[in-house]
Amino acid sequence: MLAKEIERAGIPVVYVTSLPTVATMIGANRILRGPAITHPFGLDEKERGRIVERALEMLETDVEPTTVWEIEE
Amino acid sequence: MKAVHYLNQFFAGLGGEEQAGTPPTRLEGPVGPGRGLQTALEGVEIVATLACGDDYFAEHEQEALAALLDMLAEIAPDVLVAGPAFGSGRYGYACARLAAAAAERGVPSVAAMHEENPGVAAAGAAFVVPTAVNVAGMRDALPRLGALASALASGRELGSAEEEGYFARGFRRNYAADKTGAERAVELLLGKLAGETRTEAGGDLDRVEPPAAVADLSAALVALVTEAGCVPQGNPDRLPSVRAQGWFRYDLDGAETLASGRYESVHGGFDVTLANEDPNRLVPLDTVRALERAGRVGRVHESLYTTTGNGTPVVVATRFGQEIAGQLRDAGVQAVLLSGT
Repeated sequence: MLAKEIERAGIPVVYVTSLPTVATMIGANRILRGPAITHPFGLDEKERGRIVERALEMLETDVEPTTVWEIEE
Repeated sequence: MKAVHYLNQFFAGLGGEEQAGTPPTRLEGPVGPGRGLQTALEGVEIVATLACGDDYFAEHEQEALAALLDMLAEIAPDVLVAGPAFGSGRYGYACARLAAAAAERGVPSVAAMHEENPGVAAAGAAFVVPTAVNVAGMRDALPRLGALASALASGRELGSAEEEGYFARGFRRNYAADKTGAERAVELLLGKLAGETRTEAGGDLDRVEPPAAVADLSAALVALVTEAGCVPQGNPDRLPSVRAQGWFRYDLDGAETLASGRYESVHGGFDVTLANEDPNRLVPLDTVRALERAGRVGRVHESLYTTTGNGTPVVVATRFGQEIAGQLRDAGVQAVLLSGT
């Protein structure tokens, strides 16, 4: 709901979560599937760098409603 | 069983627009369209009609609601019926707000209005029966309104929005279906091939269009927001681990990283051991700071916004989102990295 309301204010949000189905149901638009509930941004710095870079790419991309990206593509 | 009927000044016969400033008034028995409604009620008697001017309600909502709720509490009806308001915005809004407030206080409540009336979105947990856009739809609306009001007063468990004839309120209820999911899916598919599109998964139609992509992240102010319950070590503001009542904003004070021992997660919905070894696993401040130095992102917003996304009702989470969004907008934030668990 945070994602949706912040986007309603016109600010793009990338929502990193390991539960993209729930994120889709509530209407988040830029959803990035994180590796795990307990550590959505990965365990080490290298993995975190990849996830954050992917998240930034998503913010730089025009998307359809409720788009889900994976970290590795 | 007892019903209370809410009308505006016009339908209550108090006058037209010149009487729109009339404060809440109690009239005995059914009035105006209440007479027609009475004939559509089964085993329910309209014992009183509450009326309020449309302008009065719009301009003094708190006072009007308080007075109307007091009158309602005195009567203690089995059901509140409001309207029909058709396409009238002020009247529809008043009907919806009163019905929502009464429903919150445990009085089964139903309003009636046109689907495009702004009141439909303001009715909360109250029921809203669809009507035509103007008063020509009165004759059609009253039997349907009466039927739902009678059902509510009787305490009978209501069926779905489609079965009972009210606007879907966005709630989902589990039920045991007669047929398996596979059979129902095939039926829906066959229906679609025959030109009839149906769904079992309607409901939340409130969608926000994705804002446009950030044109230049290297010049953008980026904020970190989390639902993962990240707080300064020791949780100074006592953010609950479940069913959060609010959100908090913590200044990062230029920190390079969410260091273990300085930040922790109090989220009660998952094992926070890994997160507390390194809170950057929930909110990647270290990585984002490095990207800020490298010029990949313009600037990191000075504050972290945090709450616990765990058992929070939708309406409460929506409020958190609106409040945080307001602060981000005022701060000129152009992109948000939000983490959930």
